[in-house]
Amino acid sequence: MIKDHDGPAIAISGLRVVRGKRPVIPDLTLEVPAGQVVGLLGPSGSGKSTLMRAVVGVQIVAGGTVRVLGHEAGSPALRRDVGYVTQTPSVYGDLTIRGNISYFGRAVGLRGAELHDAVDRTLVEVDLVSHADVLVRDLSGGQESRVSLAGALVGRPTLLVLDEPTVGLDPVLRRDLWDLFRRLAQQGHSLMVSSHVMDEAARCDRLVLLRDGRVLADLTPAELLSSTGQPDADAAFLALVDAAGGEEIW
Amino acid sequence: MNPGLTLATAGRVLRQVRTDHRTIALILVVPCVLLGLLAWIYLDTPIFDRIGPALLGVFPMVVMFIVTSVATLRERQSGTLERLLTTPMGKGDFMIGYAIGFGLLATIQALVATAFAVWVCGLDVAGPLWLLVVVAVFDAVLGTALGLLASGFARTEFQAVQFMPAFILPQFLLCGLIAPRDSLPDFLRFVSDLLPLSYAVDAMKEIAASTDPLGAVARDLGIVAGFIVVALALASMTLSRRSP
Repeated sequence: MIKDHDGPAIAISGLRVVRGKRPVIPDLTLEVPAGQVVGLLGPSGSGKSTLMRAVVGVQIVAGGTVRVLGHEAGSPALRRDVGYVTQTPSVYGDLTIRGNISYFGRAVGLRGAELHDAVDRTLVEVDLVSHADVLVRDLSGGQESRVSLAGALVGRPTLLVLDEPTVGLDPVLRRDLWDLFRRLAQQGHSLMVSSHVMDEAARCDRLVLLRDGRVLADLTPAELLSSTGQPDADAAFLALVDAAGGEEIW
Repeated sequence: MNPGLTLATAGRVLRQVRTDHRTIALILVVPCVLLGLLAWIYLDTPIFDRIGPALLGVFPMVVMFIVTSVATLRERQSGTLERLLTTPMGKGDFMIGYAIGFGLLATIQALVATAFAVWVCGLDVAGPLWLLVVVAVFDAVLGTALGLLASGFARTEFQAVQFMPAFILPQFLLCGLIAPRDSLPDFLRFVSDLLPLSYAVDAMKEIAASTDPLGAVARDLGIVAGFIVVALALASMTLSRRSP
């Protein structure tokens, strides 16, 4: 179900997150347009997960505002409209795949035939139909992370916030999932997908490059390559980091 | 609070337990073995008839406390709790769901343990048997509520398991099973008045001794219910949507 809303999917202004004494995100301002796949790229420890947690409203923030689909991040009005998948799979090992997806479907209000159809559709999307009745604790890591992804896909939220959903997956499956993300965006969903695999950058509508909790660049994949004159996203990112010399340049 | 979400959680908790056959066996068999052992120790004396009912109240509380505190800690650590709290699922749905799910499990445990105590060990109580089961279920839900609360303070599984002796053993020592509560030193008597297990055991003793215990038992169960509500309310404060 897509919630109608004018303006950006996510509008962040002056976000500050402190963990311990260290500012993980010192002062971040960012707008994410609706109906696009936005890739959040950056080295590990750059603040990708923290930023995503702030967007879904589970992160304690020290300052700034995060507005999602026109509401304050994490507010009750958004609970049906934002789907969140954590980096480490958050699923129940002692339930079957179908049991997990079905429970997360119920949690967002699906019932009866609608729930049944949504679970079946999601099983196809994450390519786990043949394992549907296997306990999650008996799955491989890659399969488990697909179950975790399925738990968010089942409710078809307006905004999907996916923290490294393709880690540990084989190339065929990664391609299929990115095709799915693309289709969802065409249907009007907004997606924020983090990755540290730069070759996935080409599949995004827009890229946000993070480093040390700062936005190093916010542009389209084509702009990334043309502005740096590099042949691929990996080299372009390195060029940006070198140019920044650790300082913010954009 | 939303009944659909609460029941979805209760059903999910029960489905999880159902895949763990050994846990089900332990929950059902261990109380029976302990009751049998106790009946054997006090063979040919009236003591088992006096303390047997009280133990029928203690077992479900201890078992549900441990099961719940470990299960909720797992939810916190696996990230499923954080994930659920980003959905329309409320803290109340989550906790009452657990209380209902484990409450049903406890009802089965209470039925099996009571049946074993009465028909195999020859437990003889003055009051009605069904009331024993009712009190046992209240005790189990109390254990679940305290377990939810305790898990809020545990960061590791080791700590969660240590909370059993920390939360439960003092209550066990002061509840009137070891020494009658009236014979305790004044201060300890006062402390025992503040602990929920004391009322659970009072209720069981009442059923053991009186042919018409309904009034006294209702009063004790009212107090236990109050403790359940307070424990759940405090526990919901330990479930925060946002974390550092």
